[in-house]
Order: sequence, then structure tokens, then C-alpha cells
Amino acid sequence: MPEKFLMKGNEALAEAAIRAGCRYFFGYPITPQNEIPEYMAKHLPEVGGVYVQAESEVAAINMVYGAAGAGARVMTSSSSPGISLKQEGISYLAGAELPCVIVNMVRGGPGLGGIQPAQSDYFQATRGGGHGDYRLIVLGPDSVQEIVDITFLFFELADKYRIPVLILGDGLLGQMMEPVEFPDISVEKPAKPWATTGMKDRPQNIIKSLHLDPLELERHNLKLQKKYSEISDNEQRMELFMCEDADLFIVAYGTTARIAKSVVVRAREEGIAAGLIRPISLWPFPNKAFEKIIDRAKVFLTLEMSCGQMIEDVKLTVNGRVPVVFYGRTGGIVPKFRDVLEKLRQLDRSDWHG
Amino acid sequence: MGKLVFKRPESLQKTPTHYCPGCSHGIIHRLVAEVIDELGVREKTIGIAPVGCAVFAYNYFNCDMQEAAHGRGPAVATGVKRVLPRATVFTYQGDGDLASIGLAEVIHAAMRGEKITVIFVNNAIYGMTGGQMAPTTLVNQKTTTTPTGRLEEYFGKPLKIAEMLSTVETPSYIARVSVFTPKEILRAKKAVKKAFETQEKGLGFSLVEFLAACPTNWNLPPVEALKWIEKNMVPYYPLGEFKVPEKF
Repeated sequence: MPEKFLMKGNEALAEAAIRAGCRYFFGYPITPQNEIPEYMAKHLPEVGGVYVQAESEVAAINMVYGAAGAGARVMTSSSSPGISLKQEGISYLAGAELPCVIVNMVRGGPGLGGIQPAQSDYFQATRGGGHGDYRLIVLGPDSVQEIVDITFLFFELADKYRIPVLILGDGLLGQMMEPVEFPDISVEKPAKPWATTGMKDRPQNIIKSLHLDPLELERHNLKLQKKYSEISDNEQRMELFMCEDADLFIVAYGTTARIAKSVVVRAREEGIAAGLIRPISLWPFPNKAFEKIIDRAKVFLTLEMSCGQMIEDVKLTVNGRVPVVFYGRTGGIVPKFRDVLEKLRQLDRSDWHG
Repeated sequence: MGKLVFKRPESLQKTPTHYCPGCSHGIIHRLVAEVIDELGVREKTIGIAPVGCAVFAYNYFNCDMQEAAHGRGPAVATGVKRVLPRATVFTYQGDGDLASIGLAEVIHAAMRGEKITVIFVNNAIYGMTGGQMAPTTLVNQKTTTTPTGRLEEYFGKPLKIAEMLSTVETPSYIARVSVFTPKEILRAKKAVKKAFETQEKGLGFSLVEFLAACPTNWNLPPVEALKWIEKNMVPYYPLGEFKVPEKF
């Protein structure tokens, strides 16, 4: 039986990254993700890795660019205001097609905002975040175990598609402790013949995102779009919880999905046919999951720790076929079980076909 | 048969550059390439191109190259060097790139003692964007954004990067050179070689600041531009070695 550890989300993430073959971490302190760089600073040298504390988030993400371009498995982590600073580098990473893992343990915004958990960076994460036509693969775990599983998966996906990937957590997931197991899998790092490692016995390699010729830049963008389309087809991930015979659906990810699960269980006891659609991949948004249940859906309730961001993807997916309503708290406040339950009861009492 | 005394360094590609007539980038590229050849490190060298006139450096140097975001060269170089500690890593940066937007990156790379070499080309102006004021623009120097000359009371005095970086306590090699006469070019090459040797010996960070000509944006013929360096830049930006690692 695999060994179980009781770990904070942030520490479990860092340990999973090391076990997934990450040997380089470039960080900058910001609450509430400091356990990740601290864990890396302590444990990366034990496995021959390198931790560098950068002078800023801007520098950290550009160190990631250099390391990824040199062929390494590399990671950085931050929280909302720091992720905004990294956007320049993330756009360059996307343009140069460099694989890396970025962690955002989201806190409330805008601006300096607060340090309590939030989901208000959904737009930024799922729309690319920086300038230009690009996407990241974005996954939103809802438990410490899923943080671990996603971290392993993420280094593989990043290398497979040559794309920056982003874990969208929040301060709560990063700070809470849960028992976790680390999968006992042998890490295989793919060859990276495109990396800049010195041009001995081969032609010059160039890592760049500049294409001054408009036709060349268009070709590059269309190539990226083809990759994103392939990812959208192959990498949708979601959990359908008690959805079999449901007609009233909560849509929630991460921390709010945990609350939604409890609410669905209670609602069922009250005779409400509730279910939860939990997107795990936020980009690509798991729109295929909705097609399985849309014919019997009366209403979708999106539950978020924001003023309503993912609701736009739910509406795009539902495309006017079924009403989509929103409940959320913001500023770092976690929605309360009883408030969500009450919202669900109200929706159940409403006549949606009237 | 005559004896071959001058040829293209192997570390330069056979690509004509896009640089303006009289621009110093061509000479500086060549000096860097000659040093890489002489040290025999071309096949393990990774260069970092800037944003600015030298953005296409990756098409000119015959080694692996990464193109960095504006000013981030030393951070990108840090990432490369930490992954490949035995590689030879250099950045090539202009004064807008290094002395303005990338100031934090270069100072902290020096502070950490990153074993990289920075080639810093100071022509006192933003070249590629059309001649705007740089942090290195001299007082009273006319640019497109200082049409009556850089006014000290509005924009202060230009930054002296070599002097500033030589105050960082971590061991490093810091020099300022120029290319306005053949003699200065030979001196400059010695400095570039020492900088790369500092890296190869693992002694620390190294930076060579070049006072360079931008005839196009200075509105001067190439020969006059070289004289302008000597007459106007050198008095403010003295040439020489500012710091040499003790163990060199």
C-alpha cells in the first residue's frame, strides 16, 4: 500500500513537482503561496536541482523562459498580483512554445486586493492572460490529492504540447492539510531536440517569438491555434457528481466545488434532483460534459468566489438552451454551505418552464 | 598563394546584417565572435538576443540563441546557465534594454554572481524605435523626445552603468571600452576576452560596456559619429576596467 502523507496543498504540490522531474524553480515571495518556494529551496538541492529567488516575478518568469529553452523541467509559482507581473513572460513562453508549469494560488483582487482565497483570476487564466492569441492549459484542482495528480500530469502535458500550463488553485487549497499519496510512476522526460544546449553536431537552435513578416506570423499563429484545437479535443477533464438523474446543476471548480458537493448531497436528501458539474480543466473548458445532460437540465447555477467569470463559459456552452444563474462571494469570502443550499432550494421552487 | 590573414569568424553566420552604415554593432558582433572562436567555446555557447536594434543577433551569431523580452536578457541567461552550468552564456543588450527597462535584471544577475557575460552597447539613444531619449542620453543631447536637448532639470543626468555595477560587492569583471579608433577596438577585444575568461574560469559575472555610434539617430556621418563618441561620450563615460576579480 502506498505511503500516505498529511501535507499542505502548497507543500504537496512542490513535492509532486520534484517527483515529476522538476529540477529548476524560480520564485518570488507572495502570500499565500510561500510554502512552495520554501519547500523547493529546501528540497531541490537534495536531488541536484536549483532554486533561485528572483528579484521580481518578471525576472522569475524570464528565468523560467531561459531554463525551459535549455530543455529543463521548470516551474514557478505566485499569487494573483504576482501572476499579473508574469504575464509578459507567459506570452513570450506561449509564443516560443516553451513547456513550463506555472502555479497561481489565487487571492482576492483587483490591485493588491487581499490575501484570502478567491477565484477572480479565471478570466486572466483561461483567456491567455497576456498579449496575443494564445492559450494555456489551465487545471483547477479541488483537493490536495488532486493537486498532486495534476502536477504529475502537467509536466507531461507541457512537454507533449510544448505549452505553458497553469494550475489555478486558491489560498485555501494551498494552505489546507489533507492526506495524500504520491503515484509511484517512473518519470520519462522526452527528448527536446529544439532546446538551446550548444550546437555541437547539429544546426543552430533559436528560441524566439519574433516573426516580423506578417505572413510568417500568421502561419505561426495558425499553427498555435491548431495545437489549441487538438488540446481542446483531447484534454477536457471534468467530474460529474450525482448527475445521473439530475435536472438542476451546480457548476463549480476548485474550492467552491467542495462546498457544492456537500450542498448537492443535502439537496438530494431533501428530494431535490441536484447534481454537480465540476470542470477540472478550465481551459479547455469541458463543454462536452454539458452535452450529456443538457436535454434534462432545468437550470445551471454557477458557483464562484468571484463576481461571475466562469459563468461566461457556461453560458457559451449552454448557448441559450437553458437558463444559467450565478451565486458567488468575492473579496476572499468563501460561500457558505447554507447560503448555497438556500439558493438551490429557491431554484428548485422556481417554475423554469413557465 | 598569399597567406590568409583575415576571415569571417566561425562564430558569425554568413548573413549580411541589417545595421545602418557606420553603426558599431557590426564591429562589436565581430569582436564577440572572434573571442568565442579563440576560446573554442562556440559549440557550448548560448547567446541571448535583446529587444532593440540587435534583436536579430540570433541570425548573425553562429551559436544557439534565445531571444529575450525587452530588458530580461540577464534573467533568461540565468535560467539557461543554471540548467547548463558548463555552457558559455552571454547576453547582448542595448542601453534602453539594459539601463532602462532591464536595470533590475542586470543588477541582480551581478549581485548573484551569475557566471554570464553581458555585452552592453551604449549609444546614448533608442535606435530601433527611432531615436528617443535613453537613460544614457547625454545632457543637452537632442533626441526625438528631447527636441531641445536633454534638460537636466527635467530628466537628470545619464546613468553610468559600469560604475554602478562595480559597486556590487560580489566579484565580477566590469569594463568600459569603445570602438572609435582601431586602437580602441583592439583594447575592446581584450576586455571582451577577459570578460568571457572570467566566465570560463567560474570567477563570476562579467560585463563590457561599449560606447557605440548611432550615426542615423545622431544625424551625423559615420566618421563624425566616431569623433562624437570621443569628444562627448568619453569625457562623461571614462574608459577602462572598473572591476577585476581578485583571482583573475
